Amino acid sequence: MSTHEPLALRVAGVSHAFGRTRALRDVSLDVMAGRFTALLGVNGAGKTTLFSLITRLYDNVGGTIEVGGHDVRREPGPALARMGVVFQSRSLDMSLTVRQNMRYHAALHGIGRREARGRGDAALDRVGLLDRADARVATLSGGQTRRAEIARALLHDPKLLLLDEATVGLDVQSRLDVVAAVRGMVAEQGVGVLWATHLLDEIAPGDDVVVLHEGAVLARDTAAALAANGTLSDAFLALTGAAPAERVA
Amino acid sequence: MPGRLNWAGRMVCFGGIVWREALRFAKQRERFLAALVRPLVWLFIFAAGFRSVLGVSIVEPYSTYVLYEVYIAPGLCAMIQLFNGMQSSLSMVYDRETGAMRTLLVSPYPRWFLLTAKLMAGVAVSIAQVYAFLLIAWFWGIEPPLIGYLTVLPALVLSGMMLGAMGLFLSSAIRQLENFAGVMNFVIFPMFFASSALYPLWRMEESSLLLYRICRLNPFTYSVELIRHALYGQLDGHALVVVVGVTALFLCGAIYAYDPSKGLIGRKGGR
Repeated sequence: MSTHEPLALRVAGVSHAFGRTRALRDVSLDVMAGRFTALLGVNGAGKTTLFSLITRLYDNVGGTIEVGGHDVRREPGPALARMGVVFQSRSLDMSLTVRQNMRYHAALHGIGRREARGRGDAALDRVGLLDRADARVATLSGGQTRRAEIARALLHDPKLLLLDEATVGLDVQSRLDVVAAVRGMVAEQGVGVLWATHLLDEIAPGDDVVVLHEGAVLARDTAAALAANGTLSDAFLALTGAAPAERVA
Repeated sequence: MPGRLNWAGRMVCFGGIVWREALRFAKQRERFLAALVRPLVWLFIFAAGFRSVLGVSIVEPYSTYVLYEVYIAPGLCAMIQLFNGMQSSLSMVYDRETGAMRTLLVSPYPRWFLLTAKLMAGVAVSIAQVYAFLLIAWFWGIEPPLIGYLTVLPALVLSGMMLGAMGLFLSSAIRQLENFAGVMNFVIFPMFFASSALYPLWRMEESSLLLYRICRLNPFTYSVELIRHALYGQLDGHALVVVVGVTALFLCGAIYAYDPSKGLIGRKGGR
């Protein structure tokens, strides 16, 4: 059964081009259920393009993308139903309350009003935002908005959670809160997470790391194995020739 | 989880999209007022000024001479829907810029279904606006037969679908919000003025044959005529065929444009 598939996401041999610009070249990576996988790359490495392909915003012409065993091209419905996404740009409806956003998102996944309320409140509780459920999104801080988006992405019980630079623009404490919330989901619910980032301090030694540079995967291993001969930063520099950010300046 | 991908789940999804649109609309009171004031200005001021200049002789579906304001009321209903259709396209562009569009498009339901649901949600809002307008117009002496308020409903659904589908298609082609002023100048005004909304086409034919032909080619004319006849309990078959055909054409165009494997979005970088 696909629901017991340990592989939350399989990307195999995916390439993509915008006109003559090749954004991704033969990218392959796996995200296991219950694992935190960091997609590490500097800005412009192709992380957002890859996310757009996985979420079917663009069509993947070359290669295969499977979510929980469902090919996103041939079975987009079941694939998207198993996926939760936090986009780089804020995507909550600012004029509505948090709870109204939850209800809208639930409906988009075919979850009715009553069930949505229970699930929405539970998800908000997990990210510590239940007391703000009736606040308009416009009144939330950046970190709270992000956590609300994570709660929303988890509402329909996905097996795969995609986060594209989810901590951009957040202060240190909010960043820690967001990372902790996501790691909690991995540990408690066995969600497979693909976490795109250019920040090394968000990666723990036990995490799987995929190094993406100029559209190509340069390395796939655990953070500890990659950093075996020094630090992860050294390893990244040796692989790409580009210095990653240790943390937000 | 996969059980939700059936039609029952789709109906929940459809309901959610309409609910959000209604909620947004209810929060934007000024938008409702603007949508109401615009046709009322035409009715109260423009029509009052022109009623002495323009006598409208007997044309279908009217059985007698009618006052100018009676003549333009159906055209103003269509105008409400025209503005609404274009405004929803504006909100689609806005949604695309803010990322809310992505929220919609990562729903597991097929894209044609999501876009059609979004379109119907806009149509529902426009119909509420039209009925509010017709209510006020009634106090101004625009009194179609009572049954007309019922028979006009399917006409409003179809006409709203057509104008919304055109807006949806436009939204896939507009890159940025600022271009909406261009939509006003190059879409809304020409469509409104080069139609039978403000004057019967035989009058246009008397003054310019070319303009008359343009009006006959303008789909908005058929929207107006469909509503006009339906408001008086009649069916304009020709208008019905044109409106349904144009709706299908633009809806297919919009679905094509929003399809990741064929459309225009991927080529533009998804924004």
